[in-house]
Amino acid sequence: MIRMQQFTYRYSEMARPALEGINLVIEPGECIGLLGSNGAGKTTLCYAIMGLIPHFFQGDLTGEVRVNNQPVAKMDLAAMSRQVGMVLQNAANQLSGTKMTVEEEIAFGLENFAIAQEEMRERVDWALEILGIAGIRKRNPYQLSGGQLQRVAIASVLVLKPQILLLDEPTSQLDPKGTEEVYQVLRQLRKEGITILLAEHKVEMLAQCCTRLIVLNEGKIMADASPHAVLGHPSLPDWGVEAPVFTQAYQAVVQPHHGEKVPITLRETIERLNQYEQAYRG
Amino acid sequence: MNKLIEVEQVSFAYEPGMNVLNQLSIAFAPGVTAVLGENGAGKTTLMKLLKGLLKPTAGRIKIGGRDTRQYSAAEIARHVGMIFQNPDEQIFKSSVLDEVMFGPLQIGQSPAEAKERALAALAALDLSDVEKENPYDLSYAARKRIGIASILAMNPEAIIFDEPTIAQDQQGLRRIGQIMSELKAEGKTVIAILHDMEFAARYCERIVLLARGGVIADGPPALVFANDDWLRQAGVKAPGLVRLGQALQLSQTTVTVEQFSQAFRTEKLRAD
Ligand SMILES: Nc1ncnc2c1ncn2[C@@H]1O[C@H](COP(=O)(O)OP(=O)(O)OP(=O)(O)O)[C@@H](O)[C@H]1O
Ligand SMILES: Nc1ncnc2c1ncn2[C@@H]1O[C@H](COP(=O)(O)OP(=O)(O)O)[C@@H](O)[C@H]1O
Ligand SMILES: [Mg+2]
Ligand SMILES: [Mg+2]
Repeated sequence: MIRMQQFTYRYSEMARPALEGINLVIEPGECIGLLGSNGAGKTTLCYAIMGLIPHFFQGDLTGEVRVNNQPVAKMDLAAMSRQVGMVLQNAANQLSGTKMTVEEEIAFGLENFAIAQEEMRERVDWALEILGIAGIRKRNPYQLSGGQLQRVAIASVLVLKPQILLLDEPTSQLDPKGTEEVYQVLRQLRKEGITILLAEHKVEMLAQCCTRLIVLNEGKIMADASPHAVLGHPSLPDWGVEAPVFTQAYQAVVQPHHGEKVPITLRETIERLNQYEQAYRG
Repeated sequence: MNKLIEVEQVSFAYEPGMNVLNQLSIAFAPGVTAVLGENGAGKTTLMKLLKGLLKPTAGRIKIGGRDTRQYSAAEIARHVGMIFQNPDEQIFKSSVLDEVMFGPLQIGQSPAEAKERALAALAALDLSDVEKENPYDLSYAARKRIGIASILAMNPEAIIFDEPTIAQDQQGLRRIGQIMSELKAEGKTVIAILHDMEFAARYCERIVLLARGGVIADGPPALVFANDDWLRQAGVKAPGLVRLGQALQLSQTTVTVEQFSQAFRTEKLRAD
């Protein structure tokens, strides 16, 4: 469980807080999408849960973050990293800098976990497979395409099987098929009880995958509710977020009244527009 | 002058015998072209070849009818600008303004002209208020836009955007789309590598699919995005509205919300 209480944080070189008065409880097994424009505080929120704030970043902090009832500020990062894994926004920053093949890079984090060689190999194979990078396992991680590198970065975190998984725009450089595959894996992990927090601009993907969405704007929580409630909210554009293109298409055709539950996925939209057509004709 | 960039039977391998591109031929003319394909398909490689950062293993590339082998790097830079997929490969100055002025100075603009162009480019990308900051104190999304500004300031004939939409929010996407449209209106050749299909459909008039080291499809969005076979081969997906239209059996392929709504009304509700 993750609990943030009246959490406010200002990076030392910044004038205003990056996060302000955040209250949040995330239960085990939830899959939460984090939305907001650039600078809204998505990455900062992940850093706070991961413990990089306050252990790595300087600044003013009030309030508290607890992970599994332990105050993050009092835990050491190594202990944290056994419970919480984070896929960084910039894949290049995820590389260890010491490994010369993709498979060694992916195994790197496991080396400190004291697990048997056999299991290590199995896990690495699994991570390579689900990210579609088994074919490049012997390649130099510094000579990959951008999307291949991002796949390696995701694999190097999934291989650790953390209980809590934070992903900061994990599919920004992936092709559409790769994006689908990553979300497929996340849905699987969710079924296994892993807690997932996903900062993401791809609202269509969040709509399919998440049980709850949180919108941040200038460091504050604007909305924290079901995907339908958030993505259908009339203020969504004011928070710098666009509804899924399916929702926009439905709204343009039907011009639903205020408060109507709008479709957010392709499947729902097909169904609702078919119904609308029938009602219109009948 | 002939404004074409012509790629003739170009092959390229990073390691001998492992061709990333295989006798690929294509020409880029003024307008906005999207290049799409799977991760590792060779999109960035192709653009680095156009820019002269890599040399073809076979075949040739011509800019304005002249083989690029006859150009110096500075000459190519005047014709072709490239915004890197990873901005951190491109940015090395310690202030945003210096970074954006660097390219223009390199190609021989006067300091006054370089500064004027740099300031205009920063304004176009919502970066005016960070001109004195160190790029590495800013977000990845901001650095991506700094990369764009520094190429705009050089005012080349052709501009390659390697995944410009990475990390951008809605406002950033609209800004970048708008810039591409303006460049097109100025008669420039714009090439954008994209994984965002909605963006490609909205801002690009020509879609090129890259797979197996070559071009497997090349045409307007409504044509290319309607062909599932091509899309499958290139590992890409039609934009959401195209998929929605297909599922509802609309006869037209629409790529904007307004077009979709119009088509749905005329075809399904028999209204206009
Ligand atoms: N410096 C390099 N040395 C060796 N191989 C490389 C190098 N850079 C890229 N490659 C390989 O060349 C192929 C094409 O890479 P490229 O970067 O052109 O792909 P891309 O289509 O731009 O992919 P993405 O969508 O992931 O950016 C890939 O298999 C990649 O691993
Ligand atoms: N390392 C840092 N040092 C100083 N300020 C930062 C740092 N990282 C982020 N910020 C600032 O904190 C705010 C929130 O940023 P961030 O969490 O990165 O937002 P998002 O991930 O939603 O784009 C922004 O104003 C940003 O400029
Ligand atoms: Mg971020
Ligand atoms: Mg690339």
